[in-house]
Amino acid sequence: MTPVKLPAWASRRVSRRHEKLIQAALLLCAALSVLTTAAIILVLLTNAVYAPGAKMAFFERVSMWDFLTGLHWKPVDGEAGRFGIIPLLCGTMMVAVIASLVSVPAGLGAAIYMSEYAAPREREFLKPVLEVLAGIPSVVFGFFALKFITPWILKPLFSTIGLNLQIFNTLSAGIVVGIMVTPLIASLSEDVIRSVPRSLREAAFALGSTRFDVSVRIVVPAALSGILAAFLLAFSRAVGETMAVTIAGGQQAIATLNPLQGAQTMTGFMVHASTGDSSADSISRMSVYAVGIALFAMTLTINILSGWILRRYREVYQ
Amino acid sequence: MTLLNPASLPRNPAISFISGGDRTIRRRLFLSRVFAWACRTATYASLAVLVVLLAAIIWSSIGRLAFDFVSNTNSSDPTKAGILAGIWGSFWLILFTALFSVPVGVGSAVYLEEIARDNFFVRVIKTNLSNLAGVPSIVYGILGYTVFRSSAAVLKVWFDGQHAFNIMGLFRIRLLKLPIYEDNILVGALTLTLVVLPTVIAAAQEALRSVPSSIRMASLALGATRWQTIWRQVIPAALPGISTGVILSTSRVVGEAAPLIMLGALTITTMVPGNIDSPLKLITRPMQVLHAPLDQFTAMPIEIYDWSRQTDSQFTAVAASGIIVLLMVLLTINAAAMIVRHYASRRLKW
Repeated sequence: MTPVKLPAWASRRVSRRHEKLIQAALLLCAALSVLTTAAIILVLLTNAVYAPGAKMAFFERVSMWDFLTGLHWKPVDGEAGRFGIIPLLCGTMMVAVIASLVSVPAGLGAAIYMSEYAAPREREFLKPVLEVLAGIPSVVFGFFALKFITPWILKPLFSTIGLNLQIFNTLSAGIVVGIMVTPLIASLSEDVIRSVPRSLREAAFALGSTRFDVSVRIVVPAALSGILAAFLLAFSRAVGETMAVTIAGGQQAIATLNPLQGAQTMTGFMVHASTGDSSADSISRMSVYAVGIALFAMTLTINILSGWILRRYREVYQ
Repeated sequence: MTLLNPASLPRNPAISFISGGDRTIRRRLFLSRVFAWACRTATYASLAVLVVLLAAIIWSSIGRLAFDFVSNTNSSDPTKAGILAGIWGSFWLILFTALFSVPVGVGSAVYLEEIARDNFFVRVIKTNLSNLAGVPSIVYGILGYTVFRSSAAVLKVWFDGQHAFNIMGLFRIRLLKLPIYEDNILVGALTLTLVVLPTVIAAAQEALRSVPSSIRMASLALGATRWQTIWRQVIPAALPGISTGVILSTSRVVGEAAPLIMLGALTITTMVPGNIDSPLKLITRPMQVLHAPLDQFTAMPIEIYDWSRQTDSQFTAVAASGIIVLLMVLLTINAAAMIVRHYASRRLKW
């Protein structure tokens, strides 16, 4: 047996301080994420709610009540400006609801199929397909909605039943956002569905259940908390989705619930406002922060709710 | 909460169908088959959408996609418009985003997985990370606009004015000649870093978690310190996973447009950052390479957005060609990640 020759670094003494210093640096990296959140909240609050110094924050000029209940959104400087978020909220909600109508059946169906029906090889083929779909950038879906879904699918469909579809419409935007979040629902739901213990399925099969019975009455209820959490995450993703809805949904901020018309969403307005050239302190520019705080609060609330449902209603099996 | 505890099966109303019910077996089997087909259709619909999407884009791009599309910069003439400025903008953005986000992201993951004890502060960081991952990227754009862009504006005044930096005579002269923009590449990259950081951290954590703890135990038992264990054992062992995950999560940067538009990135420009429009100039023009990070920029998804909203229908082909280039770039990056995973994981077996 030959003696093992240790490399030089193994016998080098490492100072305690050196070690502590590295750990402190790593802690700093991790703390950066907390700093980011703090910065986001601070930036939004100091521009929307209360601005220190001579600058006037958005809610110091427009009352919060008018902002939350106003039916007109006309973000221009001067007397003509109207700042009611309802039209933007309508657009956002329509897109998110249409997206959910598309993605919930598609995503849940895909999750059930991949975990309960598909053979391992089929699953290995389907998983990457969903990953590719999830990796396609948002602008691409916007283009797809505006230049393909609207003129080639929806327009002929609605003209045969005599309805007029605008070039920019919430329906096509909602459909593509639904396509975008389907992989998210599918992969999150599949994870929870697969973690339902095999013994439950086998017990049900042994008692004479069909696959439908097992999937719908055993597996889905057992995984329900995870599935609901996935739906909520997808909804919040749809609310925050930007480029696809900006391209396909148009720039008209009107309070409507008609998906055949165009409607600006909260994110769409933010993009539109930053491509314009208004000065940094003008109220039209400050309204971006007010809409931003509304968007941030909405998505954060839905995400926290999703996490809470996941923890609170989880079925735990040995 | 034991809704489906097997012990309580006969009494559970949720599964009363097992004892017969009012449906015949044939009907139940039919229902089962219909359901299977519905699920299969839902799954393959994704594949169909993907195929239709790609076909529609390739079909739309006919008429513009040619070599001069990647060698021209943007133009108001659809037959001349090209994506060169966007390609270079995206190149610089992904380079700097990777430079910023990889050390910080891997560092955070190492801290959370290897060093942190389960105390209040660490729980705050973990909860915060999962919430940050759900923040829409456009919100980061607001943050970038307010914090990074404003800082760049201050720097711009600092450099453009009388107060040039005075570190050795040489630097002072050069810096005076550099035009600094407030919507520069670095501002964009810092913003995108914040966008991808939660995903990078999650990917690196995942990779670190897959390293068996026996490796750590053995190293510590042989007298290595904690940092020696991490640096010499855990990180090399996790490297294939870390690099694949990190490449995949930073590749998202290529498709992100919203935060950059919020920053005020240019939508219509013929300008390539630092005037470096060919890879050769990266070597032959060192001063311009230094200038590029402080130059204005556009990016591929921004140009695609701009072309998509043009009313002139000839721009449809331009936008579709841009999308093809963008998807090719994404494909290349993902293929690189796969290759890294393949080769790096061959050496490691446990």
